[in-house]
Amino acid sequence: MRIRRHIFDKIDWWTILLYIIFIVIGWLNVYAALYNENYNLIDFSQKYGRQLIWISISLLIAIFILFFDWKFFEGFAYLIYILSLLILIGVLFWGIEVNGAKSWLDFGFVRIQPAEFAKVGCCLAIAKFLSGLNMSLKKMKYKVIAALLILSPIILIILQNDTGSAIVYSTFIIVLYRFGLPSNLLIVTIVTSILFITSIIVSKIILIIILSIIAVFFFIISSRKIRELIIISTLLSACIGFIYSVDYAFENILEPHHVSRIKVLLGQESDPQGSGYNVNQSMIAIGSGGFLGKGFLNGTQTKFNFVPEQSTDFIFCTIGEEWGFIGSTFLLLLYLIFLLRLLYLAERQRSVFSKVFGYGVVSIFFFHIAINIAMTIGLAPVIGIPLPFISYGGSSLWSFTVLLFIFLNLDSYRLQVLR
Amino acid sequence: MKEHENRTYIIGGFFSLVILIFIIRLFSIQVIDDSFKTSSENNVIRKQTDYPIRGLIYDRNNELIVYNEAAYDLMITPKQATNIDTALICTLLEIDTISLINKIEKAKNYSMYKASVLMKQISVETYSKLQENMFLMPGFFVQTRTLRKYPYSTASHLLGYVGEVNERLLKKNPYYKEGDYIGVSGIEKAYENKLRGQKGVKLLLKDVHNNIQGSFSNGKFDIKSKPGQNIQSSIDIFLQNYGEKLMKNKRGSIVALEPSSGEILCLISSPNYNPNELVGRKRSDNYIKLNNDTNNKPLFNRASLAQYPPGSTFKLINALIGLQEKVISSRTKYKCNEGFIYGEEKRKMKCHTHRSPLNLIESISNSCNSYFCNVYKEIIEKYPTTYQGYKVWRSYVTSFGLGNWLNNDLPTGQKGFVPSYDFYDKIYGKNRWKYSTNLSLSIGQDALLTTPIQMANIAACIANRGYYYTPHTVKNIKNDKIDDRFSIPNYTMIDSSLFEIVIKGMLRVVEDEELGTSNIAKMKDIKVCGKTGTAQNPHGEDHSIFIGFAPMNNPKIAIAVYVENGGWGSTWAVPIASLMIEKYLKGSIKRNILEKEMFYGVIDY
Repeated sequence: MRIRRHIFDKIDWWTILLYIIFIVIGWLNVYAALYNENYNLIDFSQKYGRQLIWISISLLIAIFILFFDWKFFEGFAYLIYILSLLILIGVLFWGIEVNGAKSWLDFGFVRIQPAEFAKVGCCLAIAKFLSGLNMSLKKMKYKVIAALLILSPIILIILQNDTGSAIVYSTFIIVLYRFGLPSNLLIVTIVTSILFITSIIVSKIILIIILSIIAVFFFIISSRKIRELIIISTLLSACIGFIYSVDYAFENILEPHHVSRIKVLLGQESDPQGSGYNVNQSMIAIGSGGFLGKGFLNGTQTKFNFVPEQSTDFIFCTIGEEWGFIGSTFLLLLYLIFLLRLLYLAERQRSVFSKVFGYGVVSIFFFHIAINIAMTIGLAPVIGIPLPFISYGGSSLWSFTVLLFIFLNLDSYRLQVLR
Repeated sequence: MKEHENRTYIIGGFFSLVILIFIIRLFSIQVIDDSFKTSSENNVIRKQTDYPIRGLIYDRNNELIVYNEAAYDLMITPKQATNIDTALICTLLEIDTISLINKIEKAKNYSMYKASVLMKQISVETYSKLQENMFLMPGFFVQTRTLRKYPYSTASHLLGYVGEVNERLLKKNPYYKEGDYIGVSGIEKAYENKLRGQKGVKLLLKDVHNNIQGSFSNGKFDIKSKPGQNIQSSIDIFLQNYGEKLMKNKRGSIVALEPSSGEILCLISSPNYNPNELVGRKRSDNYIKLNNDTNNKPLFNRASLAQYPPGSTFKLINALIGLQEKVISSRTKYKCNEGFIYGEEKRKMKCHTHRSPLNLIESISNSCNSYFCNVYKEIIEKYPTTYQGYKVWRSYVTSFGLGNWLNNDLPTGQKGFVPSYDFYDKIYGKNRWKYSTNLSLSIGQDALLTTPIQMANIAACIANRGYYYTPHTVKNIKNDKIDDRFSIPNYTMIDSSLFEIVIKGMLRVVEDEELGTSNIAKMKDIKVCGKTGTAQNPHGEDHSIFIGFAPMNNPKIAIAVYVENGGWGSTWAVPIASLMIEKYLKGSIKRNILEKEMFYGVIDY
């Protein structure tokens, strides 16, 4: 029995309900962020007017995707992936520059950011790859291929000078972890990134002293044999070597403006007109909201254009200022429910492809939500990525919709997969 | 896949943990921390740009030549400006109601929420009256700015001026905002990035009565502005002032360089204007006035933009090329029969009466036309074709920095013109011309064009015996260094040993009582080397030219003087150059009568 009796029969209505709530919240806040008495509610010259068009288009996309046969996505997974890589290469040649990143294609009536859509391709390809027979992430060969699948779009997007969108792809490590990536590898990755960041922030000598103390501590609590001594001292020297190579790369390999950008990102250099300023303004806006918020359309911090990128990357400020702690917490909890619901849906899939794809979708949403909100409340460096379904912008809304509805489509067919 | 099922719970737990951390953080900044509490009804935070102090400019002897003075702009935020008391504001600002309403409309068109300038650079008196009445004017505030001041009122073309950014630049460079100031010309423009510093942001708390309650959160979120870097210019302001006085009521230009560094000691373009005229509220009126003076063109920087034929001064270069190409030596003599006869039609390039024949040194000091016609002819005809000969000649000429704008740090400049082979091909047909066609290149005429700064650079090349440093206006930048391109010598294609003969000739120009053309420049204790020139000018009297340097050994100053329609080189250019040299090397002038003649000399145009 391959054919659904009705398209909407087995669909997960809870998720769709959450999707619609997010979109409504999103539009209201884009409207509030750009609110201006001089214009009408529906004015297509204004961003909130255009956002209505983007929302309508995304609803059409959602319905369109639900009509597909679920086998389509598995069958064409690699093709879609390669196609999205080709488009990313195309952007390098024909892209136009916005805010320093050459990551947009201009079609006259609309601008598309292919990096947003490449996530869908990458997610499909990983799902297809991990659902292969005899696949095991314990084997080196598969690890390498999985890494290549993820790294290719990352490199292309970094070449577009859009580091923020590229970093999103690191979220696939969650998927790999769920499907058998050894925990050791995860720990090594996390430790190296922490070392990388701290070696920039903290002075080398202090960092080496701290590491040595940790090493001594581990040796003392271990069985204190020669073997432990060798292992711990090797690890220690590897860490120190890594610190010095980061230092060397900073001094000799990287261009000064790259170094400066990394340092600004980590708060090591002040950038009054740039990221440092945004975070301060954004925290003031959110903080001024207080417990109950100032009320819809009453935010003053956001009104006077204190926060740049208000309607896109910093939309959470409007929510924080106008809806207060209550409203922000409500939205955060809604997001948590949404993520857990998607996790539950992913777990109940019978086909490995659908399951991996589900995890990919959850990871992408999680990463966007976590990093975007963390940056507005000063917990993460400013990385320009949108808040799912809420930020202004066609490309991001459509790509999130495509991701979600492909998964909902797969989910609606789950019972037809024979174990 | 079953094996890692427990990891689902780890992932789910991780998600919940992150969201929990966010909620705790939000609780701390929204509920616990008081510093963000500003009720929207009672207090509004005002973002005020903290303008950096623009860098000061000193001269080479650390004399302050450009500084800043406080000025006040009245700003308006239209959205907050409700119930405007127009009568009060009009009285305070001393303007009529209609222009006030127009200004407010303009501000509204720019933005309802962003502050824009209502009135620029109000006086201190108006400012204090405004401060008293500020509580009656919600939505208004005064922003402090600085204006440039030029204590000596000179060197306008060299220093340049500061003006408001135009709309084209606003779109191109996000650093600049409506109403910001930017260097428009001269050093102010060339070193804008060093002088401007970095803007900061101050957050101020303001109550409903428009009174500032103090800084927000004790300035925790402010970003301090970084002051601009001070610049030590290479100019000698006293030499500059002196030169401007000498050039009064004359048109032309003086450029003096330090040969050993390429530093510009003075850059005078006359007629000029007082740089303080292009500052403050009268700026645009004055600018229009200056711009409309098409007769005198005071805004036109003759030193770098005016292109004249180099005239006889160019003979020095032909002499050097001749020596390098070995077509002449110091002993070579040519006859001059009051001119040089050439071509089949026996045409004659005229020369003045003097004894004949002369050797190279004598020909330089006497500026004999025939001699250099011969030199030019020999250079071109040394090679089998005119094409080859001319190409070799031209490459020597361009190695002196002619025909390009030298890559200096003046924001404006002309390249001058050294005609290419094609140029003559186009006029006379391919290969249908020879040395005699453009013979006047030998005496610096024909299509040849140079700017005064290029001519001063030629003097520096000769003073250095074969190389020049790219002329530049800046000596030091605080906490920074000047561009590397100013410390690399550019070599001419002439061997340094060949210069001595030409320099001896240049000394004779000044010192030889019988042959020399510029004896006025002679001083007892300074050995001045130079060459006069008289550039033919189709529009009137010839231009008077002098280039030279002093002292002969270890030169400290190289100079070029152009006086438009000044007649012979020795009439105006030589005495002016000589006084400039005396002033720079001695610090004071002994030849007071000559000085007076120049100060009060007027050329009618």
